Amino acid sequence: MFELIRDVGWRTVENVHGLGGITRFGSRLVLETLAPPYRLRRVLDELYNTGVLSLAIVCASGTAVGLVLGLQGYNTLVRFGAEQSVGAVVGLSLVRELGPVLTALLVTGRAGSAVAAEIGAMVATEQLDGLRMMSVDPIDFVTQPKALALALAMPLLSALFIVFGLFGGYLVAVGLLGVDAGTYVSSLENNIDFRNDVLGSILKSLVFGALVGLVATWRGYTSAPNAAGVSRATTGAVVQASVATLMFDYVITALWGVGV
Amino acid sequence: MSRSPIRDLLVGVFVLSGLAALAYLSIQLGGAAYVGPGGLHLYANFDEIGGLAKRSPVVIGGVKVGQVTKIELSHDGSFRARVTMDIDRNLKLPDDTQAAVLTQGVLGNQYVGLSPGGSETFLSEGSEIPYTQSAVVMERLIGKLIQSIGGGSGGSGGGSGGGSGGDANKPAGGGKGS
Repeated sequence: MFELIRDVGWRTVENVHGLGGITRFGSRLVLETLAPPYRLRRVLDELYNTGVLSLAIVCASGTAVGLVLGLQGYNTLVRFGAEQSVGAVVGLSLVRELGPVLTALLVTGRAGSAVAAEIGAMVATEQLDGLRMMSVDPIDFVTQPKALALALAMPLLSALFIVFGLFGGYLVAVGLLGVDAGTYVSSLENNIDFRNDVLGSILKSLVFGALVGLVATWRGYTSAPNAAGVSRATTGAVVQASVATLMFDYVITALWGVGV
Repeated sequence: MSRSPIRDLLVGVFVLSGLAALAYLSIQLGGAAYVGPGGLHLYANFDEIGGLAKRSPVVIGGVKVGQVTKIELSHDGSFRARVTMDIDRNLKLPDDTQAAVLTQGVLGNQYVGLSPGGSETFLSEGSEIPYTQSAVVMERLIGKLIQSIGGGSGGSGGGSGGGSGGDANKPAGGGKGS
């Protein structure tokens, strides 16, 4: 009995300890981002790794999601004789939810895992210790550019995902199902609002980008210095970043509000 | 890490295309639905505007010529809705033009339809459209329909409600009964 209670207590302390650790790590990242040197060259390199190399899957997935949304939306709306609003359905679901969330999940799998594994391998091979010996701060030199690149790339990738999704929806609705092209575009443009929809979408993807960057670098940075540690860090980064994305999605949606 | 021309080019293309996508979402989708020439600001007072909203289109004969920019309650104490419209300034609208709040289809979006009259004088910047026609609110139509069909049963329902509610419900009960 005492064992059980002690176990619960220990786990709680462990979790709070971890939460405090990631908060301190996050504030360090923010500080290093704001304080010079800015290491633009390093950020640009990381932007290539996380952004450019994620472009293909983001665009392909966006088109596929748009195609499905167009088909599903049309088949549902046609029962109510409202198939003219298929543009609004595709646009609003993509801009408000699917764009930021699915992009965050894709980038987590594509780039977040790579970041965690890379930093984890550097920990295992004592490269970070080597940097410290040369009095180079590994948080500033290694993790900060990666986290910043993820946070910056996310809104851009999300916007591309949405545009490709709208294009996919257009292909199905106009090309396949015979909705009028003008109807599709005007129902899209008339129903999407700048503040409620687009600005909320950008905010979401920024927060998700920062979250994925923080979790991925933190898991890599704190991984155990061996092969199993690297694999645990990679898995943990993907799982935790995905779950955190979905939870924060609800919080942001609730706080941002969906006014008229 | 060294400079790599191809990689830098790719990053540049990525950033620019991302920004272009963001701009498209913000301006074309999120921004003004009507992007034609504006400049002529007209006002109209309606008794009822229904679901008319900011950025609703203003239409003449099915052609979009402007949009609603502001909706407020009239200042003169008449409790009418004062709608501000931004319309193509190249249009010469006669001063007996009529404005009506109309609906696209049965459940569609609402818009302002202008029907120009035959007057020789034209509406100038900042003037008010005198002849307006309010929106048709579906609930009220249905309410009227139910009243006109089931007048007898509606009356008895109102009477029993008034009886159980006591004095507080008297005006309502009386109104339904009559």
